Amino acid sequence: MTRFWTRLVVVLTVITGVNYIAWRWMASLNWEAWWIALPLVIAETYSLIDVMLFGMTVWNLKIRKGAPEPPADATVDVFITTYNEDLDMVLTTALAAQRIRHPHSTWILDDGARPEMKALAEQHGLGYVTRSEDWTKDLPRHAKAGNLNNALMQTDGEFLLILDADQIPEPDILEKTLGYFNNRKVALVQTPQYFSNVPADDPLGSQAPLFYGPIQQGKDGWNAAFFCGSNAILRREALMQLGLVGYVKETEKSIRRALAASRQAIRQARKSTDMDSPLVAQVLDEVEAATVEAQQELDSGMALSEITYRVRRRVDTAVQTLVQADVEALQSDLEEIAAMELAHVGEAGVPVVADDAVQRMSARDWSPLGALESVQAVLDALSVERNDEAQPIMPLATISVTEDMATAMRMHAMGWQSVYHHEILAYGLAPEDLKTMLTQRLRWAQGTIQVLLRENPLVQKGLKVGQRLMYFATMWTYLSGFAAVIYFAAPIIYLLLGILPVTSLSWDFFIRFIPFMVVNQLLFAVAGRGIPTWRGQQYSLALFPTWIKACTTAARNVWFGRPLGFAVTPKARQSGGPSWSLIQPQIVVSILLAVAAVVGIVRLATGLAEPLGTLVNVAWVIFDLVVMSILVRAVLYKGFEPPAESAEPTQSERNPDGV
Amino acid sequence: MEFSYEVKDSYAEVKADGRLNMVSAPKLREFVTDVIAGGSNRIVVNLENTAFMDSSGLGALIGCLKAARQAGGDLRIAAVQPQVKMVLQLTSMDKVLTAYPSVEEAFSND
Repeated sequence: MTRFWTRLVVVLTVITGVNYIAWRWMASLNWEAWWIALPLVIAETYSLIDVMLFGMTVWNLKIRKGAPEPPADATVDVFITTYNEDLDMVLTTALAAQRIRHPHSTWILDDGARPEMKALAEQHGLGYVTRSEDWTKDLPRHAKAGNLNNALMQTDGEFLLILDADQIPEPDILEKTLGYFNNRKVALVQTPQYFSNVPADDPLGSQAPLFYGPIQQGKDGWNAAFFCGSNAILRREALMQLGLVGYVKETEKSIRRALAASRQAIRQARKSTDMDSPLVAQVLDEVEAATVEAQQELDSGMALSEITYRVRRRVDTAVQTLVQADVEALQSDLEEIAAMELAHVGEAGVPVVADDAVQRMSARDWSPLGALESVQAVLDALSVERNDEAQPIMPLATISVTEDMATAMRMHAMGWQSVYHHEILAYGLAPEDLKTMLTQRLRWAQGTIQVLLRENPLVQKGLKVGQRLMYFATMWTYLSGFAAVIYFAAPIIYLLLGILPVTSLSWDFFIRFIPFMVVNQLLFAVAGRGIPTWRGQQYSLALFPTWIKACTTAARNVWFGRPLGFAVTPKARQSGGPSWSLIQPQIVVSILLAVAAVVGIVRLATGLAEPLGTLVNVAWVIFDLVVMSILVRAVLYKGFEPPAESAEPTQSERNPDGV
Repeated sequence: MEFSYEVKDSYAEVKADGRLNMVSAPKLREFVTDVIAGGSNRIVVNLENTAFMDSSGLGALIGCLKAARQAGGDLRIAAVQPQVKMVLQLTSMDKVLTAYPSVEEAFSND
């Protein structure tokens, strides 16, 4: 029944929305003020697409009725990822994980490699994993994705339950979820992230009931439920397969790149001054011939390990010839010297160059080719060892700081299925201050935009159209910062300057706009089935500086290789008083809005402005200020104080669908 | 899963009999690393009696290949069974590793 009503409202939203936006584009634009008219209609179009994608998401809402019995012999590793979190917190989570009923091994993945953590793990019989010796200093560590990839190589469970250090699991978390894997195509089961240290009014917007609810259930309906980094169970085989496919792709790419660069490198080397020696020139000829041959072999489909091995052999032989000649010259010099000064040599006789000298001096680190750095770089890249990474196989995606989304998308593209199980089975800790919360939101947004720019879901092979749009929908929402700025600017411009972005605020406008707005709100009410969505709506507008910063930093990172300024979200509350400076842009905008409203009313009183336009825009300002007001509460929020009664969700909250 | 090895003229043959899966994969890596440390850097993994391999098994083979290359040698595979061949294709690993029909042929061309 819910499904019918949801779909009906979706259809109505699309009809009224398209009706309104089409009219806005075709008949309402005030071209004299195009500099605000055009941005506003684009922002409104953005919002229509956003709500249509939401409509598409909930169109296929999937309400699951629980998993079948899991096979008793399924082996599971429980991973608790930590970097610098409080030891007590990690231990509490780990001990709760140890008490999970289905047989399993519990591991603390300590990226901080803290001896105290290790001691605690040993004392309680918990597994303890740190980075292997392969992760040398000069190689990228890939944060949490690297931590998990490292642990995957040191464990052997068929399934992996991944928990952040603060996510305390229920003992039945595996019994409730493992059964989904009876379907051999299922690679991921995600459960909600719920926070136990959040008051009912949720001033920081920590709970995401719309996401861990209709949105994930909707994505599930399109076989596109997301992996969200914690409280999820993964199939090792699927992850390893991703790692292998990624390895082959990266290796081939790097070999092709090296071959393409080799011509230039060899030409450069020839020009350099040491080229007088005919022997070095000869070696370069040999290197060139080897790379040309490698290119032909690559084009003919020969295996990469073979191609690289042959290049190496050929170049090694050439280098040995070169060194051999040098050594022979040296030896004959020695003999000449000995012959001239025979009387002084005494018993020792003629000095002899050691037998293994040629071999030793031809080796990679002493090779004369080492002097020709660009050539050496090409030869180093012609390898299958993936020397630029600690492990050749990287199962979790490392293209983004939110490895979870990228990993799930690649799984879906390979044909694996995912499940969203709508039941709270772990309790975490949300940030308790604005600064930490902003850091976390920024990181999520940056990661999402990174994935969009590096592996745009709309063009990924292997994804179904619905899956593409489900990934794209989430990315699209993170562009809201730009629209928000325009939504704040438009009423300010009208109230201060009297410039209206539409030709007139007439019956034509209201008859199209109001039905769309009403149906739009109705959609959230119906799809949300009574869950509070207002907090989320407030933050999606009010955090506009964060969203914009995420887009610009992620774009600079992907396109120009600049660092993101990435920080691990601190789990403990940051000290210090209220930090108004964090919301400076929002304060400035709010003051502008308030001033504009006052000026607008004065202009109305003095006959400079129209009543209807002023009324609509003042109402708009009031709406914007109510949206922003949440930030005042966020700044003043002093952290969570447990209420007298337990903060645990009620049974209906924990398990709203009666799974 | 049972591992054994035998040093031949120009290479060492490693036999991996049984199911090469997530449980036995780390053991294969350890075993081959030991063989390389023992002085043989040219390895042929004989998969004649490997009835089953999963992605973890393939991952271990890549780890072994890396170790052999770092020691200045190479690792090759021979005598793969149909299931293994399928896994190689599915993961596109056949683009990296050539499956030789027999152990003797693996290093015959150099």
